[in-house]
Amino acid sequence: MIDLLAQHPLIAASGALLLLGALFGAVLGYAAVRFRVEGNPIVDDIENLLPQTQCGQCGYPGCRPYAEAIAEGEAINRCPPGGEDTINALAELLNVEPEPLDGEVNPVKMVAYIREAECIGCTKCLQACPVDAIVGAARFMHTVMADECTGCDLCVEPCPVDCIEMRPVATPWQWQRPLPPEQLIATDRHSSEVPA
Amino acid sequence: MAQQTLSSPHLRGALTTARVMQLVLLATVPGIIALTWHFGIGTLLNLAWACSFAVALEAAMLRLRKRPIGFYLSDCSALVTAVLLAVALPPAAPWWLIAVGMLAAIVFAKHLYGGMGYNPFNPAMVGYVVLLISFPVQMTAWVPPRESGALLGAMEAIQRSLALAPQAQIDAVTMATPLDLLRQNSALLIEDLWQQNPQFGQWGGAGWEWVNLAFLAGGLFLLQRRIFTWHAPVAMLAALGLMAALFYDGGSSASGGSPLFHWLSGATMLGAFFIVTDPVTSAVSTRGKLIYGAAIGVLVYLIRHWGNYPDAVAFAVLLLNFAAPFIDYYTQPRVYGHGATRPAEREKS
Amino acid sequence: MKPLATFHGGIHPPENKAQSTVLPIAGASLPDELVLPLSQHIGAPARPCVEPGQQVLKGECIATAATAISAPLHAPTSGTISAIEERPVPHPSGGTGLCIVIRPDGEQRWAPRHACAAWQDLPRDQLLAQIRAAGIVGLGGAGFPTAVKAGTRPDRIIDTLIINAAECEPYITADDMLMRERAAAVVSGIEILRHLVQPATILIGIEDNKPEAIAALQAATGNSGIQVVTIPTLYPSGGEKQLIKILTAREVPSGGLPADIGVLCQNVGTAVAIHDAVVEGRPLISRITTVTGASCQQPRNYEVLIGTPVSHLLALAGWDAKRCDRLIIGGPMMGFSVPDAAVPVVKTTNCILAPTREELPPPPPAQACIRCGLCAEACPASLLPQQLYWFARSGEHDKLEAHHLFDCIECGACSYVCPSSIPLVQYYRASKAEIRHKQREREQAERARQRFEARQERMAREAAEREARRQARAAAAAAAQAAKARADAEARPEAPIQPAADPVQAAIERARALRAGQTGDSSAASSTAPSPRQQAEQKVSTLEARLTKARKRHEEAVAGGEKTAAALASVVEKLEQQLAAARAELETTEEQT
Repeated sequence: MIDLLAQHPLIAASGALLLLGALFGAVLGYAAVRFRVEGNPIVDDIENLLPQTQCGQCGYPGCRPYAEAIAEGEAINRCPPGGEDTINALAELLNVEPEPLDGEVNPVKMVAYIREAECIGCTKCLQACPVDAIVGAARFMHTVMADECTGCDLCVEPCPVDCIEMRPVATPWQWQRPLPPEQLIATDRHSSEVPA
Repeated sequence: MAQQTLSSPHLRGALTTARVMQLVLLATVPGIIALTWHFGIGTLLNLAWACSFAVALEAAMLRLRKRPIGFYLSDCSALVTAVLLAVALPPAAPWWLIAVGMLAAIVFAKHLYGGMGYNPFNPAMVGYVVLLISFPVQMTAWVPPRESGALLGAMEAIQRSLALAPQAQIDAVTMATPLDLLRQNSALLIEDLWQQNPQFGQWGGAGWEWVNLAFLAGGLFLLQRRIFTWHAPVAMLAALGLMAALFYDGGSSASGGSPLFHWLSGATMLGAFFIVTDPVTSAVSTRGKLIYGAAIGVLVYLIRHWGNYPDAVAFAVLLLNFAAPFIDYYTQPRVYGHGATRPAEREKS
Repeated sequence: MKPLATFHGGIHPPENKAQSTVLPIAGASLPDELVLPLSQHIGAPARPCVEPGQQVLKGECIATAATAISAPLHAPTSGTISAIEERPVPHPSGGTGLCIVIRPDGEQRWAPRHACAAWQDLPRDQLLAQIRAAGIVGLGGAGFPTAVKAGTRPDRIIDTLIINAAECEPYITADDMLMRERAAAVVSGIEILRHLVQPATILIGIEDNKPEAIAALQAATGNSGIQVVTIPTLYPSGGEKQLIKILTAREVPSGGLPADIGVLCQNVGTAVAIHDAVVEGRPLISRITTVTGASCQQPRNYEVLIGTPVSHLLALAGWDAKRCDRLIIGGPMMGFSVPDAAVPVVKTTNCILAPTREELPPPPPAQACIRCGLCAEACPASLLPQQLYWFARSGEHDKLEAHHLFDCIECGACSYVCPSSIPLVQYYRASKAEIRHKQREREQAERARQRFEARQERMAREAAEREARRQARAAAAAAAQAAKARADAEARPEAPIQPAADPVQAAIERARALRAGQTGDSSAASSTAPSPRQQAEQKVSTLEARLTKARKRHEEAVAGGEKTAAALASVVEKLEQQLAAARAELETTEEQT
């Protein structure tokens, strides 16, 4: 046997390759069975990246249905409240190319506000809010809990007296990143003006 | 520019990048003087060409990248690259050789990666390696040292530099370097090799030992000024010395030269204090620098003794430039408040 | 005693302290108005307990602590509350905050004070309450309410009390002069803290560039057991974490407090404030502030009332606004610049720095990072500022946290040494803000998701209940139908159904029968489907009922003058139209039959 192999290197080489192939194939096959993950956990990961506004602007009735659709192959650029950040995060998770947002995005966060003087207590907005952020009951005053409102906009339409408006939320001041050195343009190189 | 609140601190130290580069240039002066004395004005000619090409190429690249030229040129980093490459090339190298080298260094190794601070590989070493591999004949045409008695004259040097010298003349006044000789040696004992060839001086190569000592002086000056820390150069020299000592069997024909020889020949000191300490391409943490320097030292000896090229500093440095981020990742210092010294807490838990 | 250890890195910026230690502490004069922000400390802003127009006495409480981690505010002098409004406050944002504005009457009349020389006899809780009521916060710059910090809990035993007298930042000399002139008060305050905290060791950490203060403290501490430890001058050895390491060789765990390792650290100014509050009954209404910088003719330290506008103080020091390049509250390493001098001095204002352009030149434009590693050498927390810089630029928050961004104390040593003048600390501050913002957004999104899922659950539950009820009704109706069919079969020959007689009455009967059928009563239920006329009659009667109700609501709204009146009027109108249409339809169906 050894002689045979020594005299016919071709047989030796192909035999070695076959053996290695079989060995690695067996290992991979075993791993595929032993380490199989049930279910589709990717949907949970996708859902965790979505902003949970439950606004329906993506065309799906909520963030979980959209997450499930994305797992099935839906485009990842349909969520305006998530914006660029969400698209990039989803692209990284799913290993696809990020695309520009399909829709317009309002950079300022808004929350709904009910002008209480005009409210007739019809509960239509209560039923429309996907996160139950409006407090009230039939013929009682309705008001929006600003902390819970996601700014999804779904309550504005149903109001028969049109007393709901979206108001921007004031963002507290925070330190801004300095401009990177490469953004220095030629006319600025002698600049020594210091903004206060 | 947008109105932005500037954060503290409102005070800054005196050291600037330009100042660092200027001090480095100053520190190369002893080495340049030594090279000129021992090998003729060829080094000065190299420097002239290299600096001109460096500034011109840098300005051209900055123009192409739409950056303010004066601001970026004023940090002198192009000049440092030029000087390091000019000193590493054979004296009185033809101008086109220097031009190609500077092209590789400034354009490819520096600007195409994003400019100063963004290059993963040392530009001068990239230039040197490109030339070594592309033009082996010109890169091994070393001139004889003064000690050998056949110093290259000024006129001939200028001729060579302008690429006007006939090849015969070049061949006539060329000598193998000590490292070359050691590589090619397989029959003679080291002692005999030493005596038979004028290229060998007292401890290392003739002329080369003084050049290396001059660069050592420059390096010590920079160390004293705290431009860099001692870790990387000392690690490199120590590792090189250790390897040479391990494999030096007392001077037989198969040996690779004593530690002293290796320290004082070729580009060892230039490499240790000017290449290995280049902050942009080396490891960052002190432990990392020790590993980085030591690995370069080991590689230099390996390539010199068993590799294909007589001088190995450039290749060793490039290989470790590649590995520097990896070294950084695994040699992060322990942050205050994490790990070891919390005796009270340890007692409680 | 010698320091036990040293911290990694550190820098030696030029001290510039000699200018402001030539003259002793001066009392600042009374300004025209005192502006007291409600938030001068870490924690919830204080709540005003006075109203505009009210007269207050010096030391009277004008705002109470809102929560456990908060501090009250006291009137620095007697006068009138002129307003409680938004005013510029000393903050890097240059924004405004709610302030109580007092117009002094110049008489400096004190509210009743409760001085207590024999405080050793007081129980600990009472002492702590006094400290809290005096509004004392950390005067070293952070402003954490002292009563909370010094209030020990059973699970955390403090064995070492450290008094921070390092004052490592350049230019600031407030603590230095305080120690020189009021060393006895310092020691008294420390004794009160000792009584409160019962530590085994008390150390005062002071840098060696303050020889007079060291001498004064050594003379004052004598044999009391309080050790004065001289530490080498190195910035930032006054940082709490660094000082603890120097004096005790212990490190505060990341994300933890000094109390976790048995250490309590207080600023020397806070100790004096504690003495003032307990022994003399004076709440925190003034502090020592250094006014310095080359644009001030006479830099010196002032004892200034909280709320004094910075412009007033600068005028006292001979400030030349034209020569002044920028105005910094705090020192040059960790202070922030303010756009104008209208802001007031608050409890944490230890220095006002008014440099000229030559003294503190504006930063040159940042160059590319050359990866020199000087920043890592200087960092007192042994971080890798270079890596943090790269990650901050690319917005890689997870890597920033992996490299311990939140362990950065923002001392500025890295930016100081950077040869490329990169504003490193600003990158870190911006990144920290971004990370916190994202964290808040994630929490909000999680809450929204939980509410959404709860709502889905609720609706599903309600739908299931409705379905169950509907099924029960259907079963009941079927049973009733069966019973009726039996009853009809018996009753048919005697009483024919007369649908044409009295349609309204028939409708009423039907409605009653329907209701009876719903409750499970099997008597006289109609099993026939309503005819078109019956439908029309039903519609008319429903609309009439709704219209009556709507009219009533509209009248109520009009009587009450509510804005819904207009809306309700339109509702009434709509209903009237619908009723007219329904009545017309009824007539047509009647004509048809």
